[in-house]
Amino acid sequence: MSPALEVLDAGALTTVQDQGRPGFAHLGVPRAGALDAPAAALANRLVGNPAGAAVLETTATGCTLRATGPVLVAVTGAPCSVFIGPVLGGMAPAPFASPVRLATGQTLELGSPARGVRSYVAVRGGIAIEPVLGSRSTDTLSALGPSPLAVGEQVPVGASAPVVDQEFAALRDEARRARAVSGRGTGHDDAPPVRDSLILSIRLGPRDDWFTAGARAALPSSPYTVSVDSNRVGLRLAGTPLDRAIEGEIPSEGMVLGAVQVPPSGEPVVFLADHPTTGGYPVVGVVDASGLAAAAQARPGDTVRFALITD
Amino acid sequence: MAEAVRAGDVVSAVRRVGADALLVEFSDSAWVTALDAEVRARWGGPSERTTAVHVGEVVPAARTLLLDRIGLEGVHSVLAVDDVQRLIHELSSWTLSLPQDRAAAMVEVPVAFDGPDLDAVATLWDMTVPEVVATVVEAEFQVAFCGFSPGFAYLSGLPEGRAVPRRTTPRTRVPANAFGLAGEYAGLYPRSSPGGWQLLGTAVGVVLWDDSREPPALLTPGTRVRVVEDEGVSP
Repeated sequence: MSPALEVLDAGALTTVQDQGRPGFAHLGVPRAGALDAPAAALANRLVGNPAGAAVLETTATGCTLRATGPVLVAVTGAPCSVFIGPVLGGMAPAPFASPVRLATGQTLELGSPARGVRSYVAVRGGIAIEPVLGSRSTDTLSALGPSPLAVGEQVPVGASAPVVDQEFAALRDEARRARAVSGRGTGHDDAPPVRDSLILSIRLGPRDDWFTAGARAALPSSPYTVSVDSNRVGLRLAGTPLDRAIEGEIPSEGMVLGAVQVPPSGEPVVFLADHPTTGGYPVVGVVDASGLAAAAQARPGDTVRFALITD
Repeated sequence: MAEAVRAGDVVSAVRRVGADALLVEFSDSAWVTALDAEVRARWGGPSERTTAVHVGEVVPAARTLLLDRIGLEGVHSVLAVDDVQRLIHELSSWTLSLPQDRAAAMVEVPVAFDGPDLDAVATLWDMTVPEVVATVVEAEFQVAFCGFSPGFAYLSGLPEGRAVPRRTTPRTRVPANAFGLAGEYAGLYPRSSPGGWQLLGTAVGVVLWDDSREPPALLTPGTRVRVVEDEGVSP
């Protein structure tokens, strides 16, 4: 029988995520999926999973899990402390962004990240919850897929071949290479948190003509602050309101990932994976896909700026 | 009445959306469904197909059709200006026929007219409640698009002049299968949720959304819909 992960503490919000369920937007189904897709893919790689295996996505405050059998896990994304235990009667630090073995009954504890919002836990074999429309992702907007993790829940883990020492060493080398190449996932270190201004590349349209020339000029020149209301649906920004040249609502139209929708307040919202499939507020521009993982890791209070792309 | 046109004659604008999507706008919303069918037939389907153009997501809405995640020759990247021009040129040359002309699927939805807003709609339309019911039952609806929640179908086909405003205060809970009106549309709630539509009744004996069904939505874009009055059983 395959092991499970028992949830001891689900933090603020921990969900199951994979690459989402694209292809159903015409039925009103959001795509969902891991918000920091490269981090989720790295976590999977570090335990020998295919990139599309389901992982856990934490939010701001980590989570605590107990393995009901031996498992191999890796934690990536927002850098956080990782502890396993009991080891010699206590909790012992374990490496971030590296494969970690848990014995039967051992606990994995993710702390609150020093930077970023969402950390990922991959487990060898993948999270084996029943898929809905081809995906195991929790869609927080429409409540498709598994519910967010709840304390006491046993999250099933898929069957996998046992990890021999040789493979474990290879996965650890892979982790080392990933750290060297990207600087991402170097994780929990002693460096002070950096509050760099995040720059999101944006292409104007399709409804930039609904805004005044002043608003279009303000967009790439004004700093915005990430609002505490941000979630998996969107990164909500506070700052210079974008004034409208045309008032009213647009008849509902299809929305894309990264769309910057502007509600009547004038303060933009960057749509993330759980965004609604249609909407009636004008979209001033679309953030390039390359910026969406960073957008999902932006913390309330962080500064965001837009840079215009003209292809 | 069969009506066929060149797509280019009914498309009023094509707007770029981000790196790899296009938003096609129409002068008349009736053509959205027609182009949706054409795009699916020509550029949709399984992603492994080897057509020159592949569209990952085709999303009809009130006046527009969104073509999202457009790939060319199996490659996804930023669409070049030339590519966009070529796509618009090809799409414009297609012949569209009005949906009524096609053998679109027809679904009958039995509705018990027990909604709390029947009187309000009767007042808005200046008619009696039985006349409201007759107006709905006689209408030829078609799913214009889905949105708001999975399987929530916006049905076009209300007679001219029968648009109704949303309730000024939305209800915190509308029951599953509620049938209502808002703006120029009729709609059915696949599940319980907050909502501001004027509720006329409850669909009976249909499952609007089922995760395990293919397709999961009973009412998919383009589907023709007839509402039939469910007399029910006296309590």
